[in-house]
Amino acid sequence: MYTQGLNIAAGDKTIPIEAAAGPEAKRFQERVDREEKIEPKDWMPEGYRKTLVRQISQHAHSEVVGMLPEGNWITRAPTLRRKMVLLAKVQDEGGHGLYLYSAAETLGVSRAELIDQLLSGKAKYSSIFNYPTTSWADIGAIGWLVDGAAIMNQVALCRCSYGPYARAMVRICKEESFHQRQGYEIMIALARGTSAQRRMAQDALDRWWWPSLMMFGPSDKESLHSAQSMRWKIKRQSNDELRQRFIDVTVPQAEFIGLKVPDPALSWNAARGSYDFGAIDWTEFNEVLAGNGPCNRERLAARRKAHEDGAWVRAAALAHAEKARARAMKKAG
Amino acid sequence: MDQGRAMTEKAKGEKAAGERDWPLFEVFVRSKTGLAHRHFGSLHAPDQAMALDMARDVYTRRAEGVSIWVVPSAAIVASDPGEKAALFDPMAEKAYRHPTFYPMPDGVKNI
Repeated sequence: MYTQGLNIAAGDKTIPIEAAAGPEAKRFQERVDREEKIEPKDWMPEGYRKTLVRQISQHAHSEVVGMLPEGNWITRAPTLRRKMVLLAKVQDEGGHGLYLYSAAETLGVSRAELIDQLLSGKAKYSSIFNYPTTSWADIGAIGWLVDGAAIMNQVALCRCSYGPYARAMVRICKEESFHQRQGYEIMIALARGTSAQRRMAQDALDRWWWPSLMMFGPSDKESLHSAQSMRWKIKRQSNDELRQRFIDVTVPQAEFIGLKVPDPALSWNAARGSYDFGAIDWTEFNEVLAGNGPCNRERLAARRKAHEDGAWVRAAALAHAEKARARAMKKAG
Repeated sequence: MDQGRAMTEKAKGEKAAGERDWPLFEVFVRSKTGLAHRHFGSLHAPDQAMALDMARDVYTRRAEGVSIWVVPSAAIVASDPGEKAALFDPMAEKAYRHPTFYPMPDGVKNI
């Protein structure tokens, strides 16, 4: 799954806009301009490091929280095949969280610190996971739309200038395309099913369409932070470009299975070779991001409970490892 | 109070004092026999045995490997990127270490 430029809209004051001042900053920018990858121990501007820690950890948190809405349907998947697939997908999301936390850790933050930021509510994660999954069709819609939007973004991030992030993205993208396809497959099955199943599929599309478009984040045309991320090649494409590409690919997929995208303003623009679409309700996006979405409290409470309930397991595993080490030392004399 | 509960309470106390991460391990995977182990990523684990188990779960879910190494990250000694130029640049001037430095006369067959 994925992260949007969550703090870019508001303009994040903790991340300075840096002019390439000084010989080191100049050398750094030249390396980036040459498409050279930056590796963990290389010199980097403080803002570059901060932007990456913020973005990669938000991305990791999104993967981890993203397991919750889908986990909700594992026990109720309609067939054994669907259940196996959903289990594998949710397991992938956990793995993606791990790759990303690892990438963030190369920048000098600890995992414990990042988890703390998530659980205390200080860190943000993708707004999309604060919506409920009320029917099985939602699992199809999430795979099709949410993972589809994630792929658009993550493919661009495979070319990110920071080596560990780019490498994590390559791995994630390889695994993610199965997520999108299995979601679309669920939608196809429902759309070709009974009229009740078709209604379920349409209802899921109606509820997930706009939140999926919001995943790309607000327009970043005017954002200084976005411009800086582009200059540092952390970000390779603007939010608007990626959103447009997603719409252009997804609308025909909806039409193919006879579902209607819930946007009366949607129309093909032959001159642009793209779809025109209606205005996005950014008030809703900001509300969800600020913690007032339908499931924000529930999601964080579930994460906190899982973390606290697992505390004794983590402590016991460590105690066992230390005991075993001590025993081995004693035996060796 | 059962043992599990007691440990939960203790763990909560430790968390308040700042829970520390399990040690970090680097994971190397051999994709198939005949190829070298390649760095795949890293993970935290309480010990080597669990690091191996978790590496298998995280990094080989799609038959990516036939063998795994896990190495405590702290055991890796790395060259300093600041010395990159001093260490590696001189080799750029030693073209005579490459076969292309020696032109073969026309009409002679190469080995």
